[in-house]
Amino acid sequence: MSTATLDVPEVPTGSRVNYLNAQYGVKSWLLTTDHKRIAVLYLVSITLMFFVGGFFAVLMRLHLIEPQGALVQPETYNKLFTMHGIIMVFFFLVPSIPATLGNFLVPLMIGARDLAFPKLNLLSWYIYVVGACFTLYAVISGGVDTGWTFYTPYSSSFSHTSVIPTALGVFITGFSSILTGLNFVVTIHKMRAPGLTWFRLPLFIWAIYATSIIFILGTPVIAITLFLLGLERLLHIGIFDPAIGGDPILFQHLFWFYSHPAVYIMILPGMGVMSELITCFSRKRIFGYSFVAFSSLSIAIISFLVWGHHMFVTGQSIYAGLIFSVLSFLVAIPSAVKVFNWTATLYKGSISYDAPMLYALGFIGLFTMGGLTGLFLASLATDVHLNGTYFIVAHFHYIMVGGAVMAYLGGIHFWWPKITGRLYPDGWARFAALVIFVGFNLTFFPQFMLGYLGMPRRFAVYPAEFQVLNVMSSAGASILGIGYLIPLIYLTWSMRYGPAAGPNPWGAKGLEWTTPSPPPTENFEEIPVVTEDAYDYAHSTVTRG
Amino acid sequence: MMGTIQTGFDFLFAAAMQAPQLRPEAASSIAEGVDHLYFALTFITLFFTFVIFSTILFFMVKYRRRAENERPPDTEDNLALELTWTIIPTLICVGIFLWASSLYFENSRPPSASTEIFVIGKQWMWHIQHPEGVREINELHVPVGVPVKLTMTSEDVIHDFYIPAFRVKKDVIPGRYSSLWFQATKIGTYHLFCAQYCGADHAEMLGWVYVMSPADYAAWLAGGSSSQSMQQAGETIFNKLGCASCHLSDGTGRGPSLVGIYGKEEALKSGDKRLVDEAFIRQAIVNPNSVVLPQYPAIMPTFQGQINEEQVLQLVAYVKSLAPEERKTEGK
Repeated sequence: MSTATLDVPEVPTGSRVNYLNAQYGVKSWLLTTDHKRIAVLYLVSITLMFFVGGFFAVLMRLHLIEPQGALVQPETYNKLFTMHGIIMVFFFLVPSIPATLGNFLVPLMIGARDLAFPKLNLLSWYIYVVGACFTLYAVISGGVDTGWTFYTPYSSSFSHTSVIPTALGVFITGFSSILTGLNFVVTIHKMRAPGLTWFRLPLFIWAIYATSIIFILGTPVIAITLFLLGLERLLHIGIFDPAIGGDPILFQHLFWFYSHPAVYIMILPGMGVMSELITCFSRKRIFGYSFVAFSSLSIAIISFLVWGHHMFVTGQSIYAGLIFSVLSFLVAIPSAVKVFNWTATLYKGSISYDAPMLYALGFIGLFTMGGLTGLFLASLATDVHLNGTYFIVAHFHYIMVGGAVMAYLGGIHFWWPKITGRLYPDGWARFAALVIFVGFNLTFFPQFMLGYLGMPRRFAVYPAEFQVLNVMSSAGASILGIGYLIPLIYLTWSMRYGPAAGPNPWGAKGLEWTTPSPPPTENFEEIPVVTEDAYDYAHSTVTRG
Repeated sequence: MMGTIQTGFDFLFAAAMQAPQLRPEAASSIAEGVDHLYFALTFITLFFTFVIFSTILFFMVKYRRRAENERPPDTEDNLALELTWTIIPTLICVGIFLWASSLYFENSRPPSASTEIFVIGKQWMWHIQHPEGVREINELHVPVGVPVKLTMTSEDVIHDFYIPAFRVKKDVIPGRYSSLWFQATKIGTYHLFCAQYCGADHAEMLGWVYVMSPADYAAWLAGGSSSQSMQQAGETIFNKLGCASCHLSDGTGRGPSLVGIYGKEEALKSGDKRLVDEAFIRQAIVNPNSVVLPQYPAIMPTFQGQINEEQVLQLVAYVKSLAPEERKTEGK
């Protein structure tokens, strides 16, 4: 997108006033209402949570090297997988791209100076931190062992662990999602630059918009569900207790009504990132813009109608099963359409192999695998055998780690020069992408096989015949763990020692690249006027720099 | 051409079905059908992953950036192409859906003449009772070639009864009966797992399923230590709790006669019509006021907490046995 006025001052990063050096001191960060600084606050917090959650995963995989368990007691193992799941899902994956890249980029991409409600934005970060503190308190006070799914009546009447603080943490954090979603929806509706019509928006914005709708509609349901769980546990009101007329399965309906759409909260923003990366590194307009845009919306809508596919073996009626099954197949179609469109975008492009692009290609491969293995679980006859086994574990890790985390890392690498004003070592970044791709597959592919062979998930000990595949998976996990540490090191290094980045190191289109790196607090000296479609690389003269 | 593809697929199927590393033992009447679907899905997955990935790699090499100032022209959007790759996956999905659903439909319905066995899950053991009265813990003995129907419930949290070699799984839920059926096809010993996380020793809530020849099974049943069948045990409880003082068999008591009530459809005081099955009888014992018949007063006390799930199952077995003579023979 070109702008009417584009005067990028050729001043080295150090001396120019930007959002990072406009003010100094802890207070200037903790009281900021600048969306870019809030994005950085989120980035630091969720990175911390990612490594806490990852640490639990490392302990789990170490433990599973031996059939009788190599490391901890079963009770401890149960806490490890529970806390891994809760931290990764609610405190890393859900906020990951929306709260960091979304916060940073939504105003920049639409030519605004900030989000619609800057103070509300800061409040959502504080809410997130309070929620995270409750959950971390639960970890320190002995942990929780219900599984991240909190199934009743185990969680409501039987578990002796810190269920209430954890559920409260998740409950509180939900409000940060709701406020963030609300902020994005209003901003995208009301604050687009002149000329920036809906169909000129970058697809990242469409994806964030669809995600925000799920935030607003879905998150209150998980809040209600966890509230009821708390009431049940504290006062024993009986809503989930069959002994006094309740129904434990009701909890599962409520839980999955949020938690299935939540899967799309995690993957939709990643798909948005994908569209930005693929177009930039192939210098092409996205193929089938409106199909990609509307597939985000249709995913957001259908995702609310498929929760019953988590419950095929609970004894729900055959006919309900059939309906949830067919809807689950339907939700796969828009995802497939996106993959085909990204592939077609590469056709006759000018493709470069920069690090973000490698993450993007890794995403397409792993997401394709993750999506197609979802068909096994939408199929009633095979789901009966696969439900509750390692096949499920492998499938959702292909989507959430292979998909969402790959996209997140791709996005971080892509916009890092914009966020920090620094370049990272490209060789190391490409190497890390490769290590992560290999480590990921080695970790999770064997789990598909384990699942079909019949190994249930959440097993602290297991029959000896499953050992070979478990050891392979653990070996892969150690490679994957190293793969995640490498970017942590070189990105941190680059913040101080990396070469200064120009305004547009990739030669990318999009209003965010018309600002200096890092952008000034007010983003744009003058609000740009947009006169062209997104990704108009063919007619662009923008170069790397 | 299609013939060659067909032969190729058949060959791959045969190879995959032979490989012991790829699937667990198949020891039930439904296992082969499920495996067939599974491998078909696997081929679809590998095929599309391969097509997409090789297309991407091909484009990446062919269209790699050769000069920094390259500006490739736009590719026109192509509606026909978009529709093609929307409609073809939709058709494939519909095909899989129909295949998987019809298989599931068949697999879900137990044949009418099944051997019944009762399962109670509790932290962290499987408690199993045969109608003849034999009880076992974490072991399930079944005859080969005979349909077996399990009626299951839980005393505490949700468990899940999972026999990988049979490709069957069903949640075992407190407060209700769930059922599961299978017909074992191969004599042998197979894993029994709990597939729903249920607390500290979830991973050790496991056991073995022994599939025996009918003769061996009969001998095993006869050698069991129980003195009473489930129905007899139920009768003992029935008398001890004084159920018979209201539920007179001639229908003149303060409660309905239970003779022949199993399998009938009853209109309730609430207006609902309900089939009297195992779940109904259980509900009538633990929550009697929810299933009052119109011509009787709602005076029965609840027995919730006074008897355990095993005793409820025995009472259910006894009430079922109260069918009039002609229907009992018909069922066999």
